[in-house]
Amino acid sequence: MSTQPDAGPDPSDTETMTVREAIRAALREELDRDGDVYLMGEDVAEYGGVLGVTEGLFEEFGGERVRDTPISEAGIVGAGVGSAATGARPVVELMFSDFMGVAMEQISNQMAKMRYMFGGKIEMPLTIRTTEGGGQGAASQHSGTPHTWIAHFPGLKAVTPGTPRAAKGLLKSAIRSDDPVFFFENKMIYEQDGEVPTDPNYTEPIGEARVEREGEDVTVAATQRLVGESLDVAEDLEGTASVEVIDLRSLYPLDTDTLADSLSKTGRMVVADESPLSYGVHAEVSARMVEDEFFSLDAPIQRVGVADTHIPFSPPLEEEVVPDAADVRAAVERVV
Amino acid sequence: MDDSADRREVLRRMLTIREFDSTAGDHFADGEIPGFVHLYIGEEAVAVGACAAIEDDDYITSTHRGHGHCIAKGLDPDRMMAELFGKTDGYCNGKGGSMHIADVDANMLGANGIVGAGPPLATGAALTNDLQDDDRIALSFLGDGAVAQGQVHEAINLASTWDLPAVFLVENNQYGEGTSIHDQHNVETLSETAEAYDIPGFTVDGMDVTAVYEAVEAARERAIEGEGPTFIEAETYRYRGHFEGDPQEYRTAEELDQWKARDPIEAFRERLADTDDLSESEFDSMQSDVEQTIEDAVAFAEDSDYPDPEAAYEDVFDVRPPEISRFADRTATDGGKQR
Repeated sequence: MSTQPDAGPDPSDTETMTVREAIRAALREELDRDGDVYLMGEDVAEYGGVLGVTEGLFEEFGGERVRDTPISEAGIVGAGVGSAATGARPVVELMFSDFMGVAMEQISNQMAKMRYMFGGKIEMPLTIRTTEGGGQGAASQHSGTPHTWIAHFPGLKAVTPGTPRAAKGLLKSAIRSDDPVFFFENKMIYEQDGEVPTDPNYTEPIGEARVEREGEDVTVAATQRLVGESLDVAEDLEGTASVEVIDLRSLYPLDTDTLADSLSKTGRMVVADESPLSYGVHAEVSARMVEDEFFSLDAPIQRVGVADTHIPFSPPLEEEVVPDAADVRAAVERVV
Repeated sequence: MDDSADRREVLRRMLTIREFDSTAGDHFADGEIPGFVHLYIGEEAVAVGACAAIEDDDYITSTHRGHGHCIAKGLDPDRMMAELFGKTDGYCNGKGGSMHIADVDANMLGANGIVGAGPPLATGAALTNDLQDDDRIALSFLGDGAVAQGQVHEAINLASTWDLPAVFLVENNQYGEGTSIHDQHNVETLSETAEAYDIPGFTVDGMDVTAVYEAVEAARERAIEGEGPTFIEAETYRYRGHFEGDPQEYRTAEELDQWKARDPIEAFRERLADTDDLSESEFDSMQSDVEQTIEDAVAFAEDSDYPDPEAAYEDVFDVRPPEISRFADRTATDGGKQR
């Protein structure tokens, strides 16, 4: 046994990459690291993914481990469940999260419950990658943000990265996890770039939020695209209000402590997440803050999200309902 | 089923299933088994014939009516009965019950509350086998009712497209819950649907354990050779209702009697009397051994403890997340309600 302590991954060695590149790098590194990892989904192989995320992986790893499937969401998610239960580590891509409904039986009754129903005697190392979000004129069946379905359901983990660093680190953790993890990619941030650690051993833990910018007056707890937009708002308001921006990163488990610590400092909170407002992420964060930090609150918690509509097609309608920086700014200004 | 000892074991397993399930029915009626149970009596030749034709490390997926598949796969009646009783020594520590009984160590991937859910799991297990170059297959038991469910189509299409080592075995017991198959499907035989996937499909007599064995043996061979899945329909009949307590007004006593006249255990016993010198006294002794085994299983289940209520908060994930601890501590959410 070596007496030399393991130096561990060095997160300071970074490279600038986009969210899309960060996800692809995570997939490549994990395919390379573990022969039990494989990808399957519609058009993920030779096509390279309909949004280009898996480009080049088929050429690098071959058709056994990067597999095109029929358009069978229930079949491929179910096969992923059966395969994960028998010793492989599949990464299934659902092209759009709106398609989860087709596979929901396998998600809710098999994937989520199998470990529990079997008394803990099975592992479920399955990752589901899927895209979310409005802003592309893709209309109601290709623009939804249904991540709260998954975060609400016992037995499933849900992560929603807002930066390239979080995207890479969380996807690697998802693939290495022995629990089913849904990895929700907001398709409007695929081109957003940032610094990403290059060490292949570097991962980001599931269940930890990250303070992306420190502030004193108000906390914006954001997800996905709204992390970047909230950082822009914080910068714009510099001198007027000191805004702390937290990327929730993981919806389940949710990092209550980081949120509570921030709220105890700022006394004000805005929850910004592109999902329908009723019964969702906003409500859960608010409830926990009321339970844990009620006496720190100096103002009502503000919610920024979708006003319980679907995402419409026509550009002015879509722009109306999809939350953006202006909505975050307005919410901040209501309380500071 | 190559030699006489194998054939005697096949008979014993069919008897064990019948005794296990009739005893489970009694203890359900007594109120000792909670929830509900779906009994396999009458269909024994399908599970036993099929599992005799596969290897121990092959995977199976099961149905609502899963006790027969468990026994055929070699599971221990003690731990099975304890699971039905909701006790901690059960295969799932009491968390699954009759409808979710599983033994992952025996590659038995669970009974299932969703009729069409097993085939996608079997396709996935077959995919693992294929990727890892294992010399084993996945056998999916499904009911006639499940054939109408969309995910079954997706699973078979995927398995046939990728030539995966899977076998889909439909137990056609003539009724999907309380509705005749003729009111649920527009085909003469369910095995015709195999044509849509360009895979072999045939219908066998599910009351004949040898016929089921031979069909699954051939299907396994084809799967191992990399030629892809096979669809087998075994025509059979359940002697009991869809669930215990089912008034069964959808069928007649005459129909039940006609099927009982072709009883799979009786037929195989007669065959072994002819071909393997199975005497009446040997059969009686086998029957009393089986009765003892099941009596012991009930005693084991009765003696086993109920799980500690705290166990309800474990096994949702690999490691308990902070949320579950937060909410399980009732003082945090409702002012300390006592259990």
